[in-house]
Amino acid sequence: MAFFLETLLGGLMAGMLYSLVALGFVLIFKASGVFNFAQGAMVLFAALAMARFATWIPAWTGIENQIVANIAAFLIASLIMFVVAWVIERYVLRHLVNQEGTTLLMATLGISYFLDGLGQTIFGSDIYKIDIGMPKEPIMAFENVFQGGILINKEDLYAALIAAILVAALSLFFQKTATGRALRAVADDHQAAQSIGIPLNRIWVIVWFVAGIVALVAGMIWGSKLGVQFSLATVALRALPVVILGGLTSVPGAIIGGLIIGVGEKLSEVYIGPMVGGGIEIWFAYVLALVFLLFRPQGLFGEKIIDRV
Amino acid sequence: MFYRENGQFKTSYRSDQQILPITQDRIAMGVILAIAFFLVPMLASEYIFKAIFIPFLILALAAIGVNILVGYCGQISLGSGAFMAVGAYAAYNTYVRIDGMPVIAALLMGGFFATLVGMLFGVPSLRVRGLYLAIATLAAQFFCDWAFLRVKWFTNNTASGSVSVSNLELFGWKIDTPLDKYLFCLGFLVIFALLAKNLVRGAIGREWMAIRDMDVAAAVIGIRPMYAKLSAFAVSSFIIGVAGGLWGFVHLGSWEPAAFSVDRSFQLLFMVIIGGMGSIMGSFFGAAFIVILPIFLNQFLPALGNLVGVTISTAAVSHAEFMIFGALIVWFLIVEPHGLAKLWSVAKQKLRLWPFPH
Repeated sequence: MAFFLETLLGGLMAGMLYSLVALGFVLIFKASGVFNFAQGAMVLFAALAMARFATWIPAWTGIENQIVANIAAFLIASLIMFVVAWVIERYVLRHLVNQEGTTLLMATLGISYFLDGLGQTIFGSDIYKIDIGMPKEPIMAFENVFQGGILINKEDLYAALIAAILVAALSLFFQKTATGRALRAVADDHQAAQSIGIPLNRIWVIVWFVAGIVALVAGMIWGSKLGVQFSLATVALRALPVVILGGLTSVPGAIIGGLIIGVGEKLSEVYIGPMVGGGIEIWFAYVLALVFLLFRPQGLFGEKIIDRV
Repeated sequence: MFYRENGQFKTSYRSDQQILPITQDRIAMGVILAIAFFLVPMLASEYIFKAIFIPFLILALAAIGVNILVGYCGQISLGSGAFMAVGAYAAYNTYVRIDGMPVIAALLMGGFFATLVGMLFGVPSLRVRGLYLAIATLAAQFFCDWAFLRVKWFTNNTASGSVSVSNLELFGWKIDTPLDKYLFCLGFLVIFALLAKNLVRGAIGREWMAIRDMDVAAAVIGIRPMYAKLSAFAVSSFIIGVAGGLWGFVHLGSWEPAAFSVDRSFQLLFMVIIGGMGSIMGSFFGAAFIVILPIFLNQFLPALGNLVGVTISTAAVSHAEFMIFGALIVWFLIVEPHGLAKLWSVAKQKLRLWPFPH
């Protein structure tokens, strides 16, 4: 029982991180109808920028304080993600307005290759560490309930906390600010939003920037757990089933889908994996999403897909 | 002046409907085939065969397959690498497990099994499309990656997980030198290209294109979406499967699942985008472009670096390759969504009037 709970918790934590990446997908899809394949590349790019500036800033300015360096690196990385968002809007999206979804998807594939190459050219392609001072030591819980208790990683708890804060901040931003309302209006209907004077181009820059910040946070957490390296870009491929499961247009869907996929992956790996040779977590999520697609194409919380000729 | 169809009158439906209705095109095609079959074998060196021609031929074949699915039928697929893998491993298993299996039969069996898997993973296309279908095909990709890595039966229980094929022979003709391999692949490519060209200009090809352009409307005018979509998946994955078998048997000789990873799928998709969606000829252009560009960059970028006094490492070259590919994809999608094939047809149009455009 304790082992089951531990696996479950591990799955929930992994799922939280998937949710963060999936959130980036959903934000962009809602506001611009673009299925952003480059989200993984953005995670890698942002994490690389953060990791490198966190070491470069003390080296350049002589400030040894790690917190200051991390905050400065975070701000610079955010600025870089803003530039990325602006460039993508100005040089890619603006030229592809009103194109089909698949064309835009392929364009973001191109963007993702470009960002992968650019990030490694500027920031180098070794494995870097992000140290944001998250405690590593595990804690034991429920020792009086189960024999030996449950092992919980403190780092995972902090990561989940950061993710929760981010989601809360995002929903506040979407519900309470004028920009957030404009974003939701654009998501509902491009033409109507434009006709009441919402500038689409600016909205797209903002939403890509927000997705960039989400990518930065996701990259920070993944990076501090596993190190910043090229494989981070493949996180996007792991998060794709999450958006399918949760629905492409739903923020809560991304969160819940992420948790389901995270738990499903871990449980299947532990309980079904040994029967078929292990390593099934790579495709388990995909097959789960595939089965889901057959019965409910719009996902758990997505809007119903209606076809009109 | 030379490229005009004036005076070439068609007197029967048959002559009006041939693949190359213009005499000059027929001559050009004959010249190209003669170059491919006779001139190239005489001139090219072993390195050129191995590095450029053989990969080009096989990838062009695979690109034709992908183009049928993505370009003609509009079903975006990110699982082409998986279908190549199925073709390669199925061909390997039939070749190794059945005594005296001819190579061609093994390759076709590979194509057959790829067809089955392709149709299986094509079933979701009946319910979903666009982005969602891309995810469904990615499922095929990851599942196959895993299956060929972990299920020992597929690799004939080899300890290392890598499989190899040797002593290819076709009716007593030993296929071992690069020249033999080149001719072998060329034969496959010519036959399949002709087959594909005829399919896409026939009734079934028109059904695919109708589905691509608007599937609801196509269904209204009496095209069965299920039949059209699944047949596109079947034909496409058959061709991709045969290409996968060739890639394993002829080009690599011994291979691991990593040879057919998701990167291969993206590469094939890029070939189709750059070459031209919905064009058989575009598949050739795309494959040539993607095979030659990395080789060109590897030679050219360090030389350029030396000129300005900077040493460019191989890592930097590979990153630059990523950037150039990414930028090119975006550029083509924005500026010329129909790819190099469209540029070619524009050039042809201009050539008709040249040199007296008025």
